[in-house]
Amino acid sequence: MSKLLMKGNDAIVRGAILAGCRIYFGYPITPASEIAESAARYMPRVGGTFLQAESEIASINMVYGAAGGGVRVMTASSGPGISLKQEGISYAAGSELPCVIVDIMRGGPGLGNIAPEQSDYNQVVKGGGHGNFKCPVLAPNSVQEMSDLTQLAFEIAEKYRTPVYVLADGYTGQMMEAVEFGEPFTNVPKQDWAVYGDAESKHNLISSIYLDPEELEEHNRKLQQKYENIKQNEVRVEEFMLDDAEYVVVGYGIVSRVLKTTVERLRSQGLKFGLLRPITLFPFPEKRIIELAKMAKKFLAVEMSNGQMVEDIRLAVNGSRPVEFYGRMGGVVPTAAELVERCQNLVKKEN
Amino acid sequence: MASKVLQKPASFYDTYERNPSTDKKMPHYCPGCGHGNVHKFIAEALDNYELADRTIFISPVGCSVFGYYYFDTGNIQAAHGRAPAVATGIKRAHPHSIVISYQGDGDLAAIGTAEILHAANRGENITVFFINNAIYGMTGGQMAPTTLETQKTTTTPTGRNARNEGYPVKVAELISQLEAPVYVERVALFDNKHRSRARMAVRKAIKNQADHLGFSLVEILSPCPSGWKMDPVDSLHWIKDVMMNQFPLGVYKDNTKEVEPYEAPKMQLSDEEIKQAIEIIPDTEKEFKKTEYAERYANPEIKVAGFGGQGVLLLGAALAQAGLLENYNVSWLPSYGPEMRGGTANCHVNVRNIPVGSPVVNDPTVLIALNRPSLEKFEPVVVKNGLIIYDTSLIDIEVQRDDVEVLAIPATEMADKLGNTRTANMIAMAAFAGYTGIFNRETLKETLKTAIKRKKLLAINEKAVDEGYEFGKSKRPS
Ligand SMILES: Cc1ncc(C[n+]2csc(CCOP(=O)(O)OP(=O)(O)O)c2C)c(N)n1
Ligand code: SF4
Repeated sequence: MSKLLMKGNDAIVRGAILAGCRIYFGYPITPASEIAESAARYMPRVGGTFLQAESEIASINMVYGAAGGGVRVMTASSGPGISLKQEGISYAAGSELPCVIVDIMRGGPGLGNIAPEQSDYNQVVKGGGHGNFKCPVLAPNSVQEMSDLTQLAFEIAEKYRTPVYVLADGYTGQMMEAVEFGEPFTNVPKQDWAVYGDAESKHNLISSIYLDPEELEEHNRKLQQKYENIKQNEVRVEEFMLDDAEYVVVGYGIVSRVLKTTVERLRSQGLKFGLLRPITLFPFPEKRIIELAKMAKKFLAVEMSNGQMVEDIRLAVNGSRPVEFYGRMGGVVPTAAELVERCQNLVKKEN
Repeated sequence: MASKVLQKPASFYDTYERNPSTDKKMPHYCPGCGHGNVHKFIAEALDNYELADRTIFISPVGCSVFGYYYFDTGNIQAAHGRAPAVATGIKRAHPHSIVISYQGDGDLAAIGTAEILHAANRGENITVFFINNAIYGMTGGQMAPTTLETQKTTTTPTGRNARNEGYPVKVAELISQLEAPVYVERVALFDNKHRSRARMAVRKAIKNQADHLGFSLVEILSPCPSGWKMDPVDSLHWIKDVMMNQFPLGVYKDNTKEVEPYEAPKMQLSDEEIKQAIEIIPDTEKEFKKTEYAERYANPEIKVAGFGGQGVLLLGAALAQAGLLENYNVSWLPSYGPEMRGGTANCHVNVRNIPVGSPVVNDPTVLIALNRPSLEKFEPVVVKNGLIIYDTSLIDIEVQRDDVEVLAIPATEMADKLGNTRTANMIAMAAFAGYTGIFNRETLKETLKTAIKRKKLLAINEKAVDEGYEFGKSKRPS
């Protein structure tokens, strides 16, 4: 047996280490704490550093410092902590620093609860902090992907010089599934922009300051071009029974798992439903949605939130088809039975 | 001699190309500002110890935000107050580098209080220069945490009032109370003697880092003629006559003679060693064959519930592990957080031939209940024709439903007989397998290797598997 049973949160740390990450800065918060605990266990064993910071603000700024040094570095948290990290993430985006931020979403607003929600979509996918920036966002829905997408996150971060999020929810972090791991990557390339504390790199500057308005506009244009390139090259989706689908359900993360079961059941009733699961939330699969809108009658977005991703679907569909929304909040995970009923109603309304 | 005095330290850039102003020779500071002095002391020290190549200078938010115009070193600009965290990050990434966190009083003693305190408390091997000018210079002369009582600023127009704004924060005193810092001194910039003292302190604080001694902080009482609305000369008098009364100069802490230099050891691992270190090499290479069993038990969606401490989560994990070994698609999801602290625990397990959709088990096909509240809570949601397994040793009621299969097992009594109550969970797990025929007994025993951390408990748990399996099998419907 080449697979191991482990929690999503543990798989993230294994994936990160395999990707060459040797520094972790974090602050405990349920349901993300196992990530810090795993990092505390494994980072020192591979000659790396684990540091529990005094706050999420400090931890993201430590990430900023290490990322400025050109090494692979990460942090993880959940909603309330991600809110605090936004300042540092904006600085990292402005200074074009690659780093990986994991958000294991919980219920909000405020202290909310620790059950799974998807209500950080807006603050994570839309930039969150101040300024004209966005971060690529990868949304795993299995423990295998918690590892795989964390590794991919480091690659994307470095390729485009940008912070990258791995966005999951309490259940994907807490659940155990089988995972298979690949070989370690240890040749993190030396970056020509980073500061290493040596003569070669000493003329490098890590900064987000551009005093002159024209220069800052230029910098912002460069950032927008980068986001455009990311849009062109990095869209990832999973499709299930979409080929002849009359109805397209869209969901990411844990919800997509329930939706898959839902689509299976609807198909067995002869109802032509298909699932589109964005794996990248930024870049959002708008092109695919535009294509689907040409053949499908209706879309249904399902989220564990008040309807945040649905806005991106509506933007892509641009009024050409109805886009309905079904959401649960507070940590309630929709059941397949509930979603089947919802989808059946969608068809009834149509007829 | 004169030319030597005027010579710029090599650790400064000759011309300040990063400054967008047309004059690339002039620093951006106001005339009479203390920042320039301190910059010069730092640059001279870096020259002297030949450290510029290794140095990474962290520019804060404040008037020294453009520190990177001047220092011919690596440069990182940091968010307001966060320089010690940024310094921690880069120092941990490159321990051989010399990291300087240069901060004003708003930056360090107001918005960044947590960051400085904890960097100091961790004894980060960095050097902090704290420019105390009792005012926010950059933003135009507002109150700083170090603003003196009765001192007028734009946000204390009638003078700082301790009843409203509190007292000036004494950073050198505060930091020196911590265990880890090795060197804390307060100096002032107002005459040659004191400037020379300041220069020595700056040198020492940098040298400490190069010697791997730990955290050093130098607080520098520094003139801000613009913020104070004074001319440069009066500013110097004000430091001497007013500021120093509130902020006494001196060495607040110096352990440099006592502490041992410390450098974190380096490690070089092979790929195989990395995989071993992070425990991703599976316990067994063995393949385990699937068993044959009645169709109605296929693809079980299992809920396991009981008291925290009964090993409920472990029972579920063992089932999932057994499923994995027999090449099923499996998932295990625990209840987590305060719910667990309340004394009840449950988990959801899927063992499926096809990929697992939702890992959440709302309507279990199998319920394994190890205490009464669990049976009461989950009996109603078990699907029709589902299976309920419950521990009769601890549950004094019976299953009410007549549309489900029931396996009643005195798991805790059986465990007690074996000599360890805590094996009841494995007995119940094996009973499920024995009763339904899902999983080989050998597979279950293999899962124990992963599930049971204390090796001396392995034998008794193997017995528990045998007992439970036999019991379940003896009740298997024909
Ligand atoms: C988060 C944030 N809040 C406020 C500011 C505005 N700001 C810029 S400099 C400064 C005060 C800096 O004062 P101090 O640290 O004493 O340095 P000085 O300017 O006196 O050298 C403030 C409040 C900012 N840049 N960022
Ligand atoms: S405002 Fe004060 S601290 Fe800032 S440059 Fe001018 S004199 Fe120096």
